[in-house]
Amino acid sequence: MDIFISNTAKEPIYEQIANEIKKLILQGKLKPEEPLPSIRNLAKELRISVITTKRAYEELENEGYIVTVGGKGTFVAPLSPDFFQEKRLYLVEQSLREVVETGKSLGVSLKEFIDLLSSLYKEE
Amino acid sequence: MDTVLEVKNLSKVYRDFTLSNVSFSLERGYIMGFIGPNGAGKSTTIRLIMNLLKKTSGEVKIFGLDYRTHEKEIKNRLGFVYDENIFYEELTIQEMANLLAPFYFNWDEKLFQKLLKVFALEPRKKIKELSRGMKMKFSLAIALSHHAELIIMDEPTSGLDPIVRSELLDILSEYMEDGEKAVFLSTHITTDLDRIADYITFLNAGKIVFSANKDEILDRYGVVKGAKEALTPALKAELLGTKIGSLGFEGLTTDRTKVKDMVGTDVLIERPTLEDIMLYTVRGEQNA
Repeated sequence: MDIFISNTAKEPIYEQIANEIKKLILQGKLKPEEPLPSIRNLAKELRISVITTKRAYEELENEGYIVTVGGKGTFVAPLSPDFFQEKRLYLVEQSLREVVETGKSLGVSLKEFIDLLSSLYKEE
Repeated sequence: MDTVLEVKNLSKVYRDFTLSNVSFSLERGYIMGFIGPNGAGKSTTIRLIMNLLKKTSGEVKIFGLDYRTHEKEIKNRLGFVYDENIFYEELTIQEMANLLAPFYFNWDEKLFQKLLKVFALEPRKKIKELSRGMKMKFSLAIALSHHAELIIMDEPTSGLDPIVRSELLDILSEYMEDGEKAVFLSTHITTDLDRIADYITFLNAGKIVFSANKDEILDRYGVVKGAKEALTPALKAELLGTKIGSLGFEGLTTDRTKVKDMVGTDVLIERPTLEDIMLYTVRGEQNA
């Protein structure tokens, strides 16, 4: 499992960890029911506070990405294809929301938006 | 919860300085950073915790024990890393360790030899020939080799380069992994603590500003910046250490959500660093 956290990012570290793990799960790099490192092990590897790591796991657990099995550890939840579909769109929606806000404040029209989006999408 | 360090209403009165009613506690499994400007009373507090100074009043309990009745046991289970040299300069590393080892009933010579290798310390080198970073690592090796359950450090990173400071964080992360240990460390280099500390105790002018979960503090506090016109009297009353310049104002709030509701979008509210919190708070008190 590869996780990168930034010291200069605006988001708090627990959010960064939670987002990184979400991304790995949604990209299929972490498979359903795969074990995750223990809280203390992850804290050691990332050299961050145990409380911060605990909070990241709690957030992931609340959103249904991971489960903790008493005495056995933490695992990626047994996720259904529907879950993936829903979360993928939700994450994109969240990012778009910010972009739309910026666009609106600068007076960019919906048409301009759609044109820009389709040309950006095709670029890759 | 298993409290390893408990300080209650600790006071020390000097002619020109008073440490007053300092209280906080630390549980097994966590790191607490002890921050504050120079002269805040951090070293005095640590010396009182280590029983190197006589307190005026209050209570210090380590592993639930009192120095008056359990000094030997406390010192055996405790590791101390000090910012000044507490060893005999003329002895070599190995000679000094041989001298200290009999005092500890848990001394682990095998582990000590391993740590010397890991920390790149040459056992035949004299203490006086060691750099600051090497002395700090030697103190840590002693603490780790007698399986200390709590390590107390007074400014372990002062005067050290980023490489040695980073090594220290590695050692501490490793030490904390089994969940059975605790670390209490004072520093004025707060960037060392931004990531690794679980709890922060902030001391200013002999008094506790807060002792709390670090993430909660960083979530709650905020640095507020904006144009001078945006600084209403109501907003000003909310801010600490406010500085007004020709390009606008900046100050610290202890309640980000509250300020967010008070101001429009033209005021910037940022997540603070520990350094921000220390800086604005100290400035606020000086101006008050």
